Amino acid sequence: MKCGIVVFPGSNCDHDCYHILKNILKQDTHWLWHKDSIDLSSFDLVVLPGGFSYGDYLRAGAISRFSPIMNSVIPFAEKGGKVLGICNGFQILLESGLLPGALMQNHTRKFICKNVYVRVESTNTPFTQECQDKSVLDIPIAHHQGSYYIDHHSLIDMEEKGQILFRYCDSKGNITDSSNPNGSVGSVAGVCNEQKNVMGMMPHPERCSDPLWPNIDGQSIFNSLIAQG
Amino acid sequence: MLAQIHVTFKEGVLDPQGKTVHHALNDLGYDEVLDVNVGKYLEVKLDSVSEEEAEIRVREMCERLLANTVIESFRFKLVSTE
Repeated sequence: MKCGIVVFPGSNCDHDCYHILKNILKQDTHWLWHKDSIDLSSFDLVVLPGGFSYGDYLRAGAISRFSPIMNSVIPFAEKGGKVLGICNGFQILLESGLLPGALMQNHTRKFICKNVYVRVESTNTPFTQECQDKSVLDIPIAHHQGSYYIDHHSLIDMEEKGQILFRYCDSKGNITDSSNPNGSVGSVAGVCNEQKNVMGMMPHPERCSDPLWPNIDGQSIFNSLIAQG
Repeated sequence: MLAQIHVTFKEGVLDPQGKTVHHALNDLGYDEVLDVNVGKYLEVKLDSVSEEEAEIRVREMCERLLANTVIESFRFKLVSTE
């Protein structure tokens, strides 16, 4: 699988993503510089990594969405290319309109950095096909603007279309208020577009995919993409 | 010309910052405070455009970049700086 990792000024999870895809999962992985507008048609996957691109100025992802590389990523996604946005990458995908909704400040008003549980809500996507349906993944989060918002009507529509891929839950997979760390509507932690080729999630699968660390729950997401080819 | 732009959360979108400020004002004894909405204020200086042009351009700037219209609404005033 040919993978591209976009580097924005302020990205800080780009090397983690590169390490997992290149060194751990042995994929053909390349850097994509934010100032370049290039033809991405030879790529199978583009990753927008976590971080604080453009200092999160104005709103997280609002400025990055207009960087030259996005002029390549948006048509790539519209033609069916697979795009994975993690944390700040998720925020950029929402700002660019490739995914529905918005991410707001956590309801606790604090930056949250901890391990959380998420439940896999749909395995019928290239990002989750190797996961067990309704299985619970232990994945870290680290964000200040991670409270997913979308109006009630659109949320129901997304649920019906299988666009909700992950929800925050407790260790047994129960969706409860206390297991929702940031106040996201419907405890939503990750969503995809209707065509199911663009996915964004707040938790960081790249931070739990190296077997040097006892938890490799994040690998199921990357392995789903690799199985897809 | 100067565009004075206010960006605030839409009605019904939870504003945790506004809520906290609201509680703080109540704690200080300002019981008359019913609600607080914390937003952004931007001043955009414009070069020699007509007011009609500015109205169209600033609205476009708000819709494309300055506000996220999924969760935020905006309003602005154009002020002559001459």
